[in-house]
Amino acid sequence: MATVELKDVRKTYGGTVEAVKGISLSIPDGAMCVLVGPSGCGKSTLLRMIAGLEAITSGTVSIDGKVVNTLGPAERDIAMVFQNYALYPHMKVYDNMAYGLRNRGTPKDEIDRRVRGAAATLGLTEFLERKPRELSGGQRQRVAMGRAIVRNPKAFLFDEPLSNLDAKLRGQMRVEIKNLQRSLGVTSVYVTHDQVEAMTLADTLVVMNQGVAEQIDTPMAIYARPATIFVAGFIGSPAMNLLAAEGGDNGKGLKLASGGFLKPRDIVLPESGRSVLLGVRPEHLTLVGDRKNADIELKVTAVETLGADTLAHGHSVSGDARSGELIARLPGNVGVDVDDLLPLAINAGSAHIFDAGTGRRV
Amino acid sequence: MSPRVTFPNKLLPYLLLAPQLAITIVFFYWPASQALRQSLLREDPFGLQSTFVGLANFRRVLNDPNYINAVQVTVIFSIATAFLAMALALLLAVMADKIIRGRGIYRTLLIWPYAVAPAIAGMLWLFMFNPAMGTFAYMLRSAGFGWDPLLNGPQAMTLVIAAAAWKQISYNFLFFVAGLQAIPKTLIEAAAIDGAGENKRFWTIVFPLLAPTTFFLLVINTTYAFFDTFGIIHAVTGGGPGKATETLVYKVYNDGFVNLILGDSAAQSVILMIIVIALTAIQFRYVEKKVHYG
Repeated sequence: MATVELKDVRKTYGGTVEAVKGISLSIPDGAMCVLVGPSGCGKSTLLRMIAGLEAITSGTVSIDGKVVNTLGPAERDIAMVFQNYALYPHMKVYDNMAYGLRNRGTPKDEIDRRVRGAAATLGLTEFLERKPRELSGGQRQRVAMGRAIVRNPKAFLFDEPLSNLDAKLRGQMRVEIKNLQRSLGVTSVYVTHDQVEAMTLADTLVVMNQGVAEQIDTPMAIYARPATIFVAGFIGSPAMNLLAAEGGDNGKGLKLASGGFLKPRDIVLPESGRSVLLGVRPEHLTLVGDRKNADIELKVTAVETLGADTLAHGHSVSGDARSGELIARLPGNVGVDVDDLLPLAINAGSAHIFDAGTGRRV
Repeated sequence: MSPRVTFPNKLLPYLLLAPQLAITIVFFYWPASQALRQSLLREDPFGLQSTFVGLANFRRVLNDPNYINAVQVTVIFSIATAFLAMALALLLAVMADKIIRGRGIYRTLLIWPYAVAPAIAGMLWLFMFNPAMGTFAYMLRSAGFGWDPLLNGPQAMTLVIAAAAWKQISYNFLFFVAGLQAIPKTLIEAAAIDGAGENKRFWTIVFPLLAPTTFFLLVINTTYAFFDTFGIIHAVTGGGPGKATETLVYKVYNDGFVNLILGDSAAQSVILMIIVIALTAIQFRYVEKKVHYG
């Protein structure tokens, strides 16, 4: 158990390609930090630098207050769970879990105690004598977890550990990982491209894009106040609606590119003439009775009924002009058809304004 | 289970197999049956008539001290050649796997010796180590080592083993490189995080996972050492000095084609055939059980 601290960590390949462009991050003892972003954003590279599998171009990584830049992976006292599990195929489950302890010269009875303890925690006791190829995906995933926890390391590193599992198992393992990490209280760094995993697992969420940390905060804070257009579009499902607009009426309203004019409540509006993007989450659009109370109108082009919710896809319209795509998440009992014109209100305080040029929150 | 794919035409599969079958029959079954027949006959000195003698040829061959000597020579030669060729190839493959820049060049260069014909390879080594004019022989002698493979049996043996192994290293290297590439990098990384040093990683992870390749090469190298090294021995030592490097295959040739004792030679080929079949069967039955395939 330990803190993990990154200071302006950079990775450059071949002197020119910058994969990670200076990330600073402090993970308190026992916390779960999730790195999320699209593929190629540098999140795995960053994790591998913490693990010691990738050289650090500049900046420092410290574990438990000690700079570990020059230490090998073994000396950093971390454990890693890989996407493909990386189980040793020629060893039994027991030996897979015992391997790290044996290499460190742990006494035999101590190894046995710890391996059996971990196996009991993970429900693997009956599989200890099997080879990895005789196990299902979920069981292999558990063995990989077991291999990490027997060592009792200072930190766990997870590299997209659930992406090889089917959807149902993924949801189940997600909860198990969270519970396990909580109960063991081990500082963890978790890399994923799945925003549901990111939201549910993280104490601290780092949204990465093109080697830069776009925002570092708690999941709810990121959801409520995304710092950039990228974060706004990446976190939340379906993605946030983003409509081109410009400030108008001396900071009292917004002129949509489609020609409509609206006035979201309880938020700071930009000065007139500034071109911005208006962001509204699909779940923050409410169907209202008549068009006079509506902020925006949605011309429906497709409907997805999910049971609890109904997703209405379409375009915002004002007269004949159409503008960007718009999705509204409506209660499941609302009957919506294609070509309906839905009057929608934006919930108070839940509109987001981003500068169209810099992409940053206004 | 997916349904079996079948050919619509009954004749087609046999036609597709025919070329391979023809080659096998003409170049293996037919000569083998000839050897079998010949091994039961005794030819008169002029090759005009032959008499059926039953197993007499086998009895004589197996009681011949020269034959027992050839068996010993073959065992030593084969084990040493196969071991040397595989161990050095593995070492080179592991080294080549670590290189990042110019990997392709190293590999290409290391594969070339395989294209050298056995007899030529033998000649190369013969020239290098010829006591009268060889560069290396000169260096050995000036280092105070009494090098004379023309008179010294063990030294002659060392020379043919070196030449035979050298030629096979390329082939083994190629397979080991491919085998090493098939091992996922994350396994090595996981082992590194698990605190295994480079040596430990090799012996506990890499080497066991290479087992299918190693096993395949063991079969190939044994067969190679038994049969394909004839050219090298013929060029370098001719089985001498005395009979110090006369392997079973070389003796078959010597008795049959040089001394023209066809019955004995045929009996020896049959024994050789049985030995190789038995060896391969044993390798598949016992060694393969310890091999882990994916």
